Amino acid sequence: MPIRIITTHLEFEGQISEQRVVMEGEEPAVWGPEAELAVVGKVTPRVDGRERVTGSAQYAYDVQLPGMLIAAGLRSPHPHARIVRIDASRAETAPGVRAVYHHFNTGDLNNPSNDRPVFGDELLYQGDLVAVAIAETKEQAQDALALIAVEYEPLPFVVDQRAALAADAPKVSTTYEHNTIPEGFPQTYERGDLDAGFVQADVTVEAQLSTPTALHNSMETHGGVAQWDGRTLTIWSSTQDVYGVRRGVASALGLQQNQVRAIKQYMGGGFGSKFGAHHSGLVAAYAAYTLGRPVKYMLSREEENLAAGNRPETIQTYRIGAKKDGTLTAIEQHTIGNVGAIGSWFSPVAMATKELYQCANIRTVDEAARTNLGTQASFRAPGVVEGTAGLEVALDQLAAALGMDPLELRRKNYAERHQALDRPYSRKLLLEAYRLGAERIGWAERDHEERRYPQGRDGYLRRGIGMASQLWGGDGGPPAQAIAKLLPDGTAVILTGTQDIGTGTRTVLAQIAAEELGLPLEQVRVELGDTEFGVFSPPSGGSMTLASVGPAVRMAAAEARKELVEVVAQLSEAPTDALDVRDGHIFSRETGKEMGAIGSFLELLDGHEITAKGMRGPNAENMSVRTFGAQFAEVEVDIGTGRVRVLRIVAVHDCGRIVNPLTFSSQIEGGIIQGLGFALMEQRIVDQRLGAVLNANLENYKVPTIRDIPQIDIILLDQPNVHANTIGALGAGEPPIIPTPGAIANAVAHALGRPVKALPLTPDRVLDLLNS
Amino acid sequence: MADTSETAAAPRTHVSLQVNGTTREVDIEPRRTLLSVLRDDLSLTGAKPGCEMGNCGACTVLLDGEAVYSCLTLAVECTGREITTIEGLSASGELDPVQQAFIAHDALQCGFCTPGQILAMKALFATNPHPDDETIERAMSGNICRCGAYPKILAAARALAGTQAAQQ
Repeated sequence: MPIRIITTHLEFEGQISEQRVVMEGEEPAVWGPEAELAVVGKVTPRVDGRERVTGSAQYAYDVQLPGMLIAAGLRSPHPHARIVRIDASRAETAPGVRAVYHHFNTGDLNNPSNDRPVFGDELLYQGDLVAVAIAETKEQAQDALALIAVEYEPLPFVVDQRAALAADAPKVSTTYEHNTIPEGFPQTYERGDLDAGFVQADVTVEAQLSTPTALHNSMETHGGVAQWDGRTLTIWSSTQDVYGVRRGVASALGLQQNQVRAIKQYMGGGFGSKFGAHHSGLVAAYAAYTLGRPVKYMLSREEENLAAGNRPETIQTYRIGAKKDGTLTAIEQHTIGNVGAIGSWFSPVAMATKELYQCANIRTVDEAARTNLGTQASFRAPGVVEGTAGLEVALDQLAAALGMDPLELRRKNYAERHQALDRPYSRKLLLEAYRLGAERIGWAERDHEERRYPQGRDGYLRRGIGMASQLWGGDGGPPAQAIAKLLPDGTAVILTGTQDIGTGTRTVLAQIAAEELGLPLEQVRVELGDTEFGVFSPPSGGSMTLASVGPAVRMAAAEARKELVEVVAQLSEAPTDALDVRDGHIFSRETGKEMGAIGSFLELLDGHEITAKGMRGPNAENMSVRTFGAQFAEVEVDIGTGRVRVLRIVAVHDCGRIVNPLTFSSQIEGGIIQGLGFALMEQRIVDQRLGAVLNANLENYKVPTIRDIPQIDIILLDQPNVHANTIGALGAGEPPIIPTPGAIANAVAHALGRPVKALPLTPDRVLDLLNS
Repeated sequence: MADTSETAAAPRTHVSLQVNGTTREVDIEPRRTLLSVLRDDLSLTGAKPGCEMGNCGACTVLLDGEAVYSCLTLAVECTGREITTIEGLSASGELDPVQQAFIAHDALQCGFCTPGQILAMKALFATNPHPDDETIERAMSGNICRCGAYPKILAAARALAGTQAAQQ
């Protein structure tokens, strides 16, 4: 098969990059709206449901190997300190202890993801890694930590992001010239003429929104189990990115990539925080390689919440100008983000401002402050959750100043094209989402007296309705590969290197393969999460898994089916176009007669297995493929206690074709619930005087429970996007979290008649708002 | 620095546990939690360590039919009591109705908290086969699902409430 190299463009979390695609053969024609599909699009319980409900699903945390040692980490109690001296001798001789690693004996172990030593001598935040004890049991490893004597020299620190940017601020690291990301910050984007835009404005509003540092709190912490057998370093990792783990471990240990195997069968959530090998994986790998025994290092919950990433807090200020009729003339956004101790990038907080509404004159400035706190990591639509909340809150304040309906204001400024790139969208169904969502929530009655005051005007309860929009990429792209195999008994195995991070990837890929192969779902087995298959897939993030790997699986299955038909045609002396494959059987197109099960032909081939490759083709050129959506929230605020209850969320999203309505709705609900947590309760609390995190646990860091859940109405658009890829589907992981905080904040503002200036809307903050 | 482990291995005690209908004998340090003994000594890894301080519910198992956080339960306290883990629910090979309902309603995503969720629901139905929404939410509120499968967990419970299966 001739090889072609095609250059295409890829968008990942707001950044566009060039990408080379190596194509062998042709992708099948896109499944358009007319395609009649038997398996794709049907409600399908997870193919791995049984493993997940019986406890047999093996997570990294569950891997147990003979002779396995356990690691435990000692963490900095100081926000900034130099390690003067470490005496680990008592720990090293404690019962069961096999090694203690720290700067003075393992200082050359490098973390390739940030090119810093895993064990540095300058500690940059409370929770920075000081030492790791490796012992026969977890208890012995933990006991050993108490025996490590560390002499610290505390250094000046700063944890407040505004204070960190001041000229005379303490330096977060003695190696820093200033406390900002050295390359490209402050980051400014401009289009049109901002000043002229404000001159044209009849009304100008200023608004602000502070958003908290949110902690991912995946139920399974970061970590893994590593084993070195003298030939291969195998690591079972809780990761969204097995290829990144392989790369990182090989680089850190000086091994070839063909000596490292990364496996992820099941993982307890990631939400963007689990790319690359992470220092926990590197330490496990180093210890296994050095000690010659398997080693497990899973972070404790506290370590996780201090040292495994976060959604960085932001302070956003907006100035928006508009004509009397609501036409936007200028938007200015200024953001300061707290990227933590060694943050090297800042999430795209201005993406919504640049793109979501029609406006010719824009300026956005992002400042990124490094502080003596744990470093940020991507977290489900990083930056865009925070930025969309800020913009949508500001727009509602503009609507109030104009005396205009907030939804009408958004319709008035509907963007038909991608303004930042000046090109069309592949399609945009946002007006339809507005119409359907508004109708379902009862937007027209949002100001009805009895609806807003369920106990009358003298009662304690106030209700409000708000909305917000979403746009996101979710279109994925190459490279992504798949292999489809048809075995002698007529069953199929699909191999990919992707990960199922809980979204249901195994299930949707099995549906796509079953559809294309003409097999019942039960006869398709999907294998993923293992670099040893040799089938590259991208990291599972950016809502790109289905739209990247799905088409590769479809092509592999299509190629396998072609070969199958070829084989059957020769065996039965029939022309290939006379044959059809359905439900695991071969049929004659002419007579409609069944000619036999697939296996009855393949078993004649003496063990030959049909093996076909598929790959994700290039993205559409000169257009932007986006998800769009709108969410509407109805809330009830108790003005006596300040408690906010979300009563209902209506969600309408265009994510293209819905491959599995069951797991799709789970994604939408999950995103909404995380967004609800962000809007109402989640925040890392830092003692500014001590530089200490006060709630690095699940006791005082509040996440939603089943009692916080509103009624969630999901309205399916379910129309294939024929420009996206051959299956017409986009991702759905991130879109639902994006508009949730903004919609809830706007609903609270509506209920109280006060502008919301900070999230989360905890009771104390709501009472402050009422008293303001 | 207070420490006894440096000079000698910690003392051990013999414990006989009834796990999923089988007697299991272990020699353990008295400080060991039920969670760690189930996972590390008995290889029953269905109960998960989520926080190890009784905040998340991922380690939930049944102790004499009642849902407990096994990370807050010392193994030595469990002598003579009936412990049921997720592995015990489908020991016959057939899934329990609660497990079936979780699959059918997609009441899980990453699945890490799922064994705990299922056992918490099992304990609820054991005491109340006809729970209303308020009762279901109260019984399930000690089990965090970070993926947010809650609406479908509620749906699974509603589907079972009042049925024969709930009383199994």
